[in-house]
Amino acid sequence: MAFANNTSTQNSKRLSQNVAFWIFRLLSFSVVAILVIILGFIIVRGISVISWEFLTQMPREGMTAGGIYPAIIGTLCLVVGSMLFAFPIGILSGIYINEYAKDSWFKRFVKMMTNNLAGIPSIVFGLFGMALFVNQFGFGDSILAGSLTLGLLALPVVIRTTEESLKAIDNSFRIGSLALGATKWQTTSRVVLPMAFPNIITGLILSIGRVSGETAPILFTVAAYFLPKLPNSIFDQVMALPYHLYVISTSGTNIEASRAMAYGTAFVLIMIVLLVNLLANWLRRYFSRKVKMN
Amino acid sequence: MKRYFHNLGEKIIEGLITISGTVTSITVLLIVFYLFKEGLGVFSQTPVAEGAVLAIHPQNPVKELSAAEVKEIFDQNITNWNQVGGPNAPIKLFEVDDITDYYTEEQIGPDFEYLPQRINELVSKDPNILAFFPDEYLAKDFAGKRLELDNISVSQFLGGRQWYPTIQPAVQMGVLSLILGTLWVSLGAIAIALPLGLATSIYLAEIANPKLRNFLKPVIELLAGIPSVVYGFFGLVVVVPLIQDVFGLPVGETALAGSIILGIMALPTIISVSEDALRTTPRAMKEASLALGASKWQTIYKVMIPYSISGISTAAILGIGRAIGETMAVLMVTGNASVIPSTFLEPVRTIPATIAAELGEAPQGGIHYQALFALGCILFLMTLAINLTVDMVSAKKKANR
Amino acid sequence: MNSVETKDLHLYYGDFHALKGITMGMKKNQVTAFIGPSGCGKSTYLRCFNRMNDLIDGVKIEGEIMIDGVDIYQKNIQVDDLRKHVGMVFQKPNPFPKSIFENVAYGLRVNGTKDKKFIEERVERSLKQAALWDEVKDKLKKSAFELSGGQQQRLCIARALAIEPSVLLMDEPTSALDPLSTAKTEELIHELKENYTIVIVTHNMQQAGRVSDYTAFFYLGELVEYGKTKTIFTNPKDQRTQNYITGRFG
Ligand SMILES: Nc1ncnc2c1ncn2[C@@H]1O[C@H](COP(=O)(O)OP(=O)(O)OP(=O)(O)O)[C@@H](O)[C@H]1O
Ligand SMILES: [Mg+2]
Repeated sequence: MAFANNTSTQNSKRLSQNVAFWIFRLLSFSVVAILVIILGFIIVRGISVISWEFLTQMPREGMTAGGIYPAIIGTLCLVVGSMLFAFPIGILSGIYINEYAKDSWFKRFVKMMTNNLAGIPSIVFGLFGMALFVNQFGFGDSILAGSLTLGLLALPVVIRTTEESLKAIDNSFRIGSLALGATKWQTTSRVVLPMAFPNIITGLILSIGRVSGETAPILFTVAAYFLPKLPNSIFDQVMALPYHLYVISTSGTNIEASRAMAYGTAFVLIMIVLLVNLLANWLRRYFSRKVKMN
Repeated sequence: MKRYFHNLGEKIIEGLITISGTVTSITVLLIVFYLFKEGLGVFSQTPVAEGAVLAIHPQNPVKELSAAEVKEIFDQNITNWNQVGGPNAPIKLFEVDDITDYYTEEQIGPDFEYLPQRINELVSKDPNILAFFPDEYLAKDFAGKRLELDNISVSQFLGGRQWYPTIQPAVQMGVLSLILGTLWVSLGAIAIALPLGLATSIYLAEIANPKLRNFLKPVIELLAGIPSVVYGFFGLVVVVPLIQDVFGLPVGETALAGSIILGIMALPTIISVSEDALRTTPRAMKEASLALGASKWQTIYKVMIPYSISGISTAAILGIGRAIGETMAVLMVTGNASVIPSTFLEPVRTIPATIAAELGEAPQGGIHYQALFALGCILFLMTLAINLTVDMVSAKKKANR
Repeated sequence: MNSVETKDLHLYYGDFHALKGITMGMKKNQVTAFIGPSGCGKSTYLRCFNRMNDLIDGVKIEGEIMIDGVDIYQKNIQVDDLRKHVGMVFQKPNPFPKSIFENVAYGLRVNGTKDKKFIEERVERSLKQAALWDEVKDKLKKSAFELSGGQQQRLCIARALAIEPSVLLMDEPTSALDPLSTAKTEELIHELKENYTIVIVTHNMQQAGRVSDYTAFFYLGELVEYGKTKTIFTNPKDQRTQNYITGRFG
């Protein structure tokens, strides 16, 4: 029969498909390989540097020895500070867009602006933070200025996460609650938000990872080159992990001698990202299992 | 009564939510305001370094010089007054340190107290002189003609190739080489990332089985999560030396290194956006193709890719956007030489890297500071253009349906 | 002679048993209509003949399917060859985002035809067969999306005809069309039957009566009754068939 024969055009067709698919497979796995190489390289070189001292001591001898304790604490301060700012506003903003805003030009405007904010390069946030928080408001180089700048950067991420999570909730739940005489806010806070909570929390955790690794926005708003003490108030400067890595790998007093410190710092940054991703994935799975069981 | 408070609470919450909803818009507007307020200031500043004086002999007919001309003169590329609209006479440069060639230490005074007077004498004596000195040495009865330099014009700023923001006596603020450097590195990054990203997205969307896909997706997500400074560090210790060895270069910090690192960083964006785009191809269209005897691969490149081409171009544009705005990684691996690159194996300097490297040293409110904000404006406009293009592409796509 | 034949065909979507042991043969150069209530498995059965169900994850097929005497699940069968031999027209017109000409030429091109003249001739002939030529001959380069729904469906038929299948499967080809286009398509089916074995799924009893020679009634994944269209409509043996064609359910 016609279709039981192998003709040459059919063979070449199949050959080209096989070749193409193999190329795609190869390229896809090279993407994985890139990740493995980057992570592997930093983990292998960095893990030997990691010790209790490294994590808990001040840097010494022109940052070629000692630890990165102040940078860890600094990054922690910045993450907490920026999240204190970005989470409430971002979540409320997401609620506004998905629950409260009427379908008007204003809603479209707000969405467009959120999109635009997400597309602005982080160095521009740095410029802005410097002009507004550091200079105009007179906060100086401080945790406050840095946190606000980072918070603004994280804002679109938080908003989008919230918005998407809320969008996924079927409208019937809202209608059901409203039909029982609940007010809009009661419906949102007691029905919609709890249902959207798992997705929101996963997104928020991922945004923490993003914020902790940002360098450009903190360059001129908070980060200190070398400051071997812990901050006393939100108006103090701090060291921060990503900036510290930048400094000791490019402009330290003795770049070669501080290589080990650099590997250690990169390792810590990578670990934060890995942990945050693992946690997010775990939460995602945990919640989806819980939903299935209910 | 209770009802009333209830309603009041509801109103307050609604107000709070609405206010939060406007925060991003306000932020964007504030960003635009501050960027442009500081950035446009550069066009109303004279390029002569603050607190410095440029002066010539009172009878010298030259009225004004541009910053570029001043630089050429001090670089000794222009040596005759007739090259800048003056008489045919050699230009005699004078900087404050040269004073000892003309006067003894006694004549200047132990605390330079006679220095203003001496400079005054020199300038009024030598018809060919071009003197440059701090304005604290400007004599009260200064007889020379002070030269005011033209403010930097928009076209000089955008079209100039020289970026020497702190050079004496007149700063050079041409950003063309920085703009081109940014585009150059970003396009290189896309050239690397697009084939790789597109192939991966096709593999994920159509070829990989669900199990493999579930493994690959988080991996790519992870790639997006690595901080840019870590990419920069990796580039610095691995890619840069590698490029140096492979191509036998004096330095490995090149546009190529930047493009490679940026390409990797743009991958997750490109992959996820184009995978989503490929997935929008209606099932019916795929089936129609297969039902005509097309192979899966033929269906992909003859039907799915044409169908989702606008989504795929969106992916590419967003990838470029990501690359254009990236700061730290580029700063660490491209060598930051502000010249217009002619090959990928030369150092280049991008706009974000320039801002990051120089803002720390630029005094607030000075011309350098403002020029860096102006660079921020350019960067902002570039990304805005990219966002708008993406919006337009997707709006067009919607209209086509 | 049977052009399409299945023996004890079972199909599962995961755990769901969608086709329950169907044995039946469709005669060459005749029109066979599948009727039955929604969800009874008509489309599923039809899509077995060109192995379209292979694309769906979790589908399991048991039994035998023969096209022109060849077991299509035999090892050395290549699916794309089979699909060239068994054309398909879908419920909703689904032209490609290409020009009218390229839509019809698509099947030829993907199967390796390079000869330009040959392609042009075949496109023209197929469009004529599908009774679309006069309407589109001046705008072959225009996008297929510019055609009306009925024209698009005839384009899809032309597209299927261009690769000269011997069997043509049509899954509710007129359900998205206006009455005039429907009439045109039915006329077309009538003419095509000379050269093709046609299997058509329809929800429209009148249509089944008008265009088909044989009719099969499906119910809950089973073949309830199969015979000459005239017999099925005038003298059904099974009560369920009777109920369905008289509109008592479905
Ligand atoms: N991809 C699928 N996965 C799981 N179940 C499916 C799938 N496709 C169809 N089914 C189920 O198989 C059964 C038969 O579906 P089929 O589409 O063949 O019905 P049909 O007779 O063509 O109905 P209609 O007249 O509505 O087109 C239905 O119960 C349907 O829910
Ligand atoms: Mg059907």
